[in-house]
Amino acid sequence: MAATRRITININGVSTSHEVEPRLLLVHYIRDMVGLTGTHVGCETSVCGACTVMLNGAAIKSCTVLAVQADGEEVLTIEGLAQGEQLHPLQEAFWECHGLQCGYCTPGMILSAYQLLLRLPRPTEKEIRHGIEGNLCRCTGYQHIVDAVQQAAGQMRARR
Amino acid sequence: MPLSRLVGARVKRREDPRLVRGLAHYVDDVRLPDTLHVAILRSPHAHARIRSIRVEEASKAPGVVSVVTGIDIRDSIGPVPVVAQNPTLRVPLHTVLAVDKVCYVGDGVAAVVAQDSYAAQDALDLIQVDYEPLPVVSDPEKALAPGSPVIHSEWPDNVAFRWTLKQGNLAKAFRDAYRIVKQHLVHQRLAPIAIEGRGVLARYLPGEKELTVWSSTQIPHLLKTQLSIMLRQPENLVRVIAPEVGGAFGSKLNVYAEEALVAYLSRTLNRPVKWIEERRENFQATIHGRGQVGDVEIAVKKDGTILGLQYRAIADIGAYHQLLTPGIPPLTGLMLSGAYKIPCISMEVTGVFTNKMSTDAYRGAGRPEATYVVERIIDRVAQELGIDPVKIRQKNFPQRRDFPFKTATGLIYDSGNYRAALSKALKLAGYEKLRKEQKRLRNQGRYLGIGLSTYVEISGMGPSAAMPAGGWESGTVRVEPTGKVTVLTGTSPHGQGQETSFAQIVADELGVDLDDITVVHGDTAVVTSGIGTFGSRATAVGGTAVLQAATKVKEKARKIAANILEANPVDLVFSGGKFAVKGVPKKGITIQQIALEAHLATNLPKRMEPGLSATSVFEPSNFTFPFGTHICVVEVDPKSGEVTVKKYIAVDDCGKVINPLLVDGQIHGGIAQGIGQALWEGVVYDENGQLLTGSLMDYALPKAKDLPRLELARTETPTPVNPLGAKGVGESGTIGSTPAVVNAVVDALAPFGVVHIDMPLMPEKIWRLCRSKDAADRRG
Repeated sequence: MAATRRITININGVSTSHEVEPRLLLVHYIRDMVGLTGTHVGCETSVCGACTVMLNGAAIKSCTVLAVQADGEEVLTIEGLAQGEQLHPLQEAFWECHGLQCGYCTPGMILSAYQLLLRLPRPTEKEIRHGIEGNLCRCTGYQHIVDAVQQAAGQMRARR
Repeated sequence: MPLSRLVGARVKRREDPRLVRGLAHYVDDVRLPDTLHVAILRSPHAHARIRSIRVEEASKAPGVVSVVTGIDIRDSIGPVPVVAQNPTLRVPLHTVLAVDKVCYVGDGVAAVVAQDSYAAQDALDLIQVDYEPLPVVSDPEKALAPGSPVIHSEWPDNVAFRWTLKQGNLAKAFRDAYRIVKQHLVHQRLAPIAIEGRGVLARYLPGEKELTVWSSTQIPHLLKTQLSIMLRQPENLVRVIAPEVGGAFGSKLNVYAEEALVAYLSRTLNRPVKWIEERRENFQATIHGRGQVGDVEIAVKKDGTILGLQYRAIADIGAYHQLLTPGIPPLTGLMLSGAYKIPCISMEVTGVFTNKMSTDAYRGAGRPEATYVVERIIDRVAQELGIDPVKIRQKNFPQRRDFPFKTATGLIYDSGNYRAALSKALKLAGYEKLRKEQKRLRNQGRYLGIGLSTYVEISGMGPSAAMPAGGWESGTVRVEPTGKVTVLTGTSPHGQGQETSFAQIVADELGVDLDDITVVHGDTAVVTSGIGTFGSRATAVGGTAVLQAATKVKEKARKIAANILEANPVDLVFSGGKFAVKGVPKKGITIQQIALEAHLATNLPKRMEPGLSATSVFEPSNFTFPFGTHICVVEVDPKSGEVTVKKYIAVDDCGKVINPLLVDGQIHGGIAQGIGQALWEGVVYDENGQLLTGSLMDYALPKAKDLPRLELARTETPTPVNPLGAKGVGESGTIGSTPAVVNAVVDALAPFGVVHIDMPLMPEKIWRLCRSKDAADRRG
């Protein structure tokens, strides 16, 4: 076992600090050390996107990023998206449009969509489908997810 | 006051707030102090004798608590069970960890228990296994050939079972036929790929002697019984909890080695023990679906009337049986009549052991194979006889008056109106216009294909007599003293949304607010009995049980109300959620008010038991038979072999719809999986039994960009089998879609002389076919 290292990561606006092995994956840091279990592991190979979180404003797959690489950085997980009890428009829209069934891919899917909408506030269906192609969902066939992202885009534009 | 009807309404799911916020608890999110973590060493060989296993070094590794091998545990844990029966069935001993030989890549050989998962993984590398490789057979047809390596030496060959079905004078049908059309078909192996893999957490309490197992399962109650048998642990001291389950599609309708192993380790070590499957393990050691090859022959008259159908198939079992493995191919046989009147049908299937992971139920489970056989061959007939694929289907449909319709395979289709669904789909697709468009584009060298599938499937599993482990389902409705309603269901949803749809059923029946109802499932200590969620049965069977329990509660409430209102129960009317004496609606009382009286028990009718709850166990009298028409339009680029799905119309009839939003979701997801099988998915083992598609980089799951916008519509033909009229919808999309896509691609390639292509329809395959035709044309 290699020597541990102390890292500090701001997660959802809260500073967290732990001694970690350099090989510890960011997703395991978030889930097992910080205890935020909304970020899921689906493939361990950055294909399925279930582990997607925002690292300094960019969606990344936390199953293939080391926790030490996020030292001193800012992470947003699904738990940080709602404002208290007030759901984010994306969460609201996924609910409204039935954009989830088993819910396992949902946190990662929502955060990928979140990044997409930051970049493209008015995405076409094609852009949405392309934008979430790094996130696999086995339940929904994606159609209601696409609808949800479109609906959320409208909500987010209206908010601005 | 008219009561708002929730059944039939697009009600948003009550499950979702916790899921969209990341606050739900899947197995790996359940945290118990002092939990140990398991990693499993799996065989890299498809077939090998284990000469020796050395675990000393691994046992001494940092953080390691225990290492066990097959020999260590073989006397303590019974075999992995198979419950599907067949008189010819051969059941090889399937131990939880391999003892003296491994039979597939991924076969468990040893388990490391450590303080954390990293330490457990590290120690796996320190276990030394001396394997003596044995001859491998991975292809089921080769496994049947004389001289093939035999996997289980207690039998002379690799036959796992035989199953036959024969009805009617097939010889005569084939003698009388104007034409006999034959086709060899491959239903490739598929990986179910729930995005959450399997996972198990077990906690044994040595004082209470109680074992609690959290497992990502579809069948907590059946798992409880089987674990009790495997571990010789009294069943009344086993509790199974299916927490949030991240998808399953049949892959968690099973009892797996790891479930018993982890429970055993917890009982031995007196600590909570957890195992979370990796995706690689999920590909290697979670059941696969399909895996059937066969030859279909159909006898037809000149006008396209079907006289008889014969199907001979080989089912690729894998190395061992899992829970329902031998029960899957017979479902293909039973459904070989499809949506048509076929007077004589025969099927012979041989289950064959191969050096691969077991096959078992994957979304559709035997019925997609049947639908593919029937829908593919009827298109072949249409092509051969020069009849439009729509007309040949219409010609052979049973008519409305033919229902209940008895098939040659012995089933009784409950209700149906196949023509109506087909007509609706044709209209939505603009079929005639599409055919014209196809002709126009062909002249420009563009290849549009239109594919139909008019499927019928078997759902609502099912009467107990036809099921290996019970076909009933339980439901309990309890009105608490404060008026809140608790619903318990023996079904175990994992994405289907029964916390919502069952609440809708109860809300309507009892006239209470949806928000006052909680649906509880998946915990055997809370829900006293159940079967589970699979076979598109949850609503048809479990929903009915819940409805009947609610009705019982209502009847009891009526008697209490009558006592309070000093009236005869028959003189009460129930309206707007209240019981009132006829003509005196203002003095009504709600069931929620009655609940308090029922619990205080001071003002109850004589000899009535206190409390306001009821349980119902519903035993259906028959399966249900959803049906529909799917139309797929593709364009194929012969230069690249690429298929683009341009348009997809699905008209499905699942009987009475409880929640259209959820039904749409089921159909969407089902179609995505069906298109996946047609175009991209396939589990591939090489001839050495090595799994070539062992990761999501090698196994192509449909992505958002690969799928078209699906256009859905419905017809609604209620089933008489249950009072809800609901048939089931979980598998329709998958069953209906695969042949529609393949038929479309074959239709597109008709100018190239193509009459059939085996799935998945990868571009390379199509490109080769088109190229060979081009070359042949040039040779002229």
